[in-house]
Amino acid sequence: MPKRVGIEVSLAASEAACAADVDVIAAYPVTPQTHIVEHLSELVADGELDAEFMSVESEHSAMSACIGAAAAGARTFTATSAPGLALMHEIVFIAPSLRTPIVMVVANRALSGPISIWNDHSDIMAERDCGWIQTFAENGQEVFDLIIQAFRVAEDPEVLLPVIVNMDGFTLSHVIEPIELLSASEVSEYLKPYNPQMVLDPKEPITMGPVGVPEIYTEARYQAESVLNGSKKVIVKAWKEFAKLYGRSYKPIETYRTQGAEVVLMTMGSVTETAMTAVDRMREKGIEVGLMRFRLWRPFPVQEFRRAVKGIKALAVVDRAISFGAQGGPVCSKVKSALYGAPEQPQVFGFISGLGGRDITVEMFEQMVKKTIRYAKKGKGPMYELIGVRER
Amino acid sequence: MSEDKGVKTLAKVDAIIGWRNLEIGCAITEPGSSRKLRTGDWRSQRPVTDRDKCIKCGLCWIYCPDIVYSPVRSGYFKWDGDYCKGCGICAHECPKDAITMVMEGE
Amino acid sequence: MMDAAPRDFKKFTRKSLPRVEALAQGHRACQGCGEVLALRMALKAMGKNIIVASATGCMEIITSSYPQTAWQVPWIHVAFENAAAVASGIEAGRKALMRKGRLQKQRTTIVAMAGDGGTADIGIQALSGALERGHDFVYICLDNEAYMNTGVQRSSATPYGAMTTTSPPGKLSIGQYTWKKNVPAIAAAHAIPYVATASPAYYLDLMNKAKKAAMIKGPAYLHIYSPCPTGWRLAPERAVEISRLAVQTNVFPLYEVVDGQYILTKKIKKPKPVEEYLKLQGRFRHLDKKTIKEIQERVDREYEALVQKAALAEAEEESTEEAEK
Repeated sequence: MPKRVGIEVSLAASEAACAADVDVIAAYPVTPQTHIVEHLSELVADGELDAEFMSVESEHSAMSACIGAAAAGARTFTATSAPGLALMHEIVFIAPSLRTPIVMVVANRALSGPISIWNDHSDIMAERDCGWIQTFAENGQEVFDLIIQAFRVAEDPEVLLPVIVNMDGFTLSHVIEPIELLSASEVSEYLKPYNPQMVLDPKEPITMGPVGVPEIYTEARYQAESVLNGSKKVIVKAWKEFAKLYGRSYKPIETYRTQGAEVVLMTMGSVTETAMTAVDRMREKGIEVGLMRFRLWRPFPVQEFRRAVKGIKALAVVDRAISFGAQGGPVCSKVKSALYGAPEQPQVFGFISGLGGRDITVEMFEQMVKKTIRYAKKGKGPMYELIGVRER
Repeated sequence: MSEDKGVKTLAKVDAIIGWRNLEIGCAITEPGSSRKLRTGDWRSQRPVTDRDKCIKCGLCWIYCPDIVYSPVRSGYFKWDGDYCKGCGICAHECPKDAITMVMEGE
Repeated sequence: MMDAAPRDFKKFTRKSLPRVEALAQGHRACQGCGEVLALRMALKAMGKNIIVASATGCMEIITSSYPQTAWQVPWIHVAFENAAAVASGIEAGRKALMRKGRLQKQRTTIVAMAGDGGTADIGIQALSGALERGHDFVYICLDNEAYMNTGVQRSSATPYGAMTTTSPPGKLSIGQYTWKKNVPAIAAAHAIPYVATASPAYYLDLMNKAKKAAMIKGPAYLHIYSPCPTGWRLAPERAVEISRLAVQTNVFPLYEVVDGQYILTKKIKKPKPVEEYLKLQGRFRHLDKKTIKEIQERVDREYEALVQKAALAEAEEESTEEAEK
């Protein structure tokens, strides 16, 4: 029987990698990811996890070493946060192009500058087009489960792509939650050993990462794009299988009290729990509001999204990053483009909030909903708004 | 892929394939497939070995950047014109001046 | 006499040169490329039970232009600055898999290779990290003393006075105004078991060092002189000759650093004047007598320092031998 324990979410993330019996961990410490790698190094030091723990000299080398290890046929894990993810940037794009199924947890943190160690989504949004499968966790249990699922999806022969599991720095990474931890033997039924399709082996020498001349570059990129889009059905299947075995079910998009809702808040990550409280409160006051959140961000679940917004009059999309100069946040931009040409289109209003560790309060969510109702009635509103910014 | 010597610059036949036929991660699974590229046509001069002078020391073989010489049973070293770019190192390094560079077409 | 070699090491001789080729014909190197020649020799010495992680650079583009590969051993390219990190990941991955019984136990040589830019400049952090962590691998720096692949820009390994496209001589410039960075010394400072320099002119020395590097457990660093006729404005047929002259003039001395002890592997009794080396290369054509004298003095001084280090090592060894008696 899986045990339910009170545990810091970062440690639960390490326990997930341990339960997945990873072979190689290559990581560099960066706040707020540190507890994950600290705990993994302990697990290795105590012999609870049989893995090579590579304490590398930078995140750039962490990702490079992960690619090398995965190309050698090893199950590979790493974790990072904003500055580290930014330093990895070049190599992050190469992992999916080489089809190396690495799993990485990003403890989301604001990008500099000014330097900030606190939470928002600017780090991951700068990598949103990197070709990885990307999920967002709302709570600690989900962090644990998404990591286990990530290995299964990544290593599926039809996928062979790396996966990022996002969890909010501090607000999720550093809190203690009751989490049902699965052991390695409990996981083994769900997650079979990695069987690499392309591996560096002197017995069968292959050339990985050749020069992509113009005659082949387009095809190589399209292979990566096509596999990423196709991974959705594998992800959904993996989630269904997980529910069958362990009882917790996951979907690309989660909804909360959307039935009969005129306005729906759209969120990602741990703020969703605050948003739920706001929804409950407004519902009590008779405001017909619901909530929707993306668990799966890449590949973007466009069909599920279009289905989910049917009958909804207005969407209030909450971004936790600025897309500089683009007049909005990255999530809102994606939502708008996903709706373009759809038979039923709600009005969409974008709100940016919760940057660099500033809380998004219940009141702020209420404010966003009220504004959305007002704008929707008028039929127009601003392109986007920052909620909680001081003017003077 | 035809093996005829007419295949020169980029092996178009191989390169122009659809994405569905591309190996995972654009890997190349045929080791040493560069042999399809006959770099011999870059050459303007070629080395000619005078076997009367040759002492079979093998410096031409070991000093060749293009792996053009190979040892044969007689102890001499066979030259492969398909890949020789005509750099002239072999002639320059031959301790017995047994190799001379001659202009192509002569 | 100190012996760098592992117990089962057997030297190559002229008669026992390996026929194996890890590289195939049809690669796209320039005529007279000394870098691919150096690479070919090192690979011949290490045999086919290897896995290679390559940095971006000339060797990468000339061997792996899709759809053709010149590689007959497993090879991976990820980026410019991370060959050492990729190789360390391969080593760690295989180590874990072998320990966990998912890969047959065997010793395969893991090789990282990069040019001087990928080693001395952009890759030095990854190199330092991999050496410090003690991975069992061989790092090969193929030093052609500039960024040749991008069009002959200077690197920190470009020698003093050399003309490159970003160290052009002019009214206010002699060309490269810094002295060549000593990467073998940096590698040796990591207290790794084996560091060596090599030149393709001395092919037996090069191949024996490469074999030794592959056999030694732990990190080994090979710094190989790799003449570039194109970038150095050198006649292609002189690539090997210049490699010999570099050693004979003491511009590029051949030595090993075994567990921190320096050993000169080619002692030059009567060094040739540096000018003989410089005058064959267009990249030094603009140098005046004064600068050439300056280079000569520096070469002499550095060689003397190297001789001192080697002498110190020998003396230390003798005193230990005496103590043992």
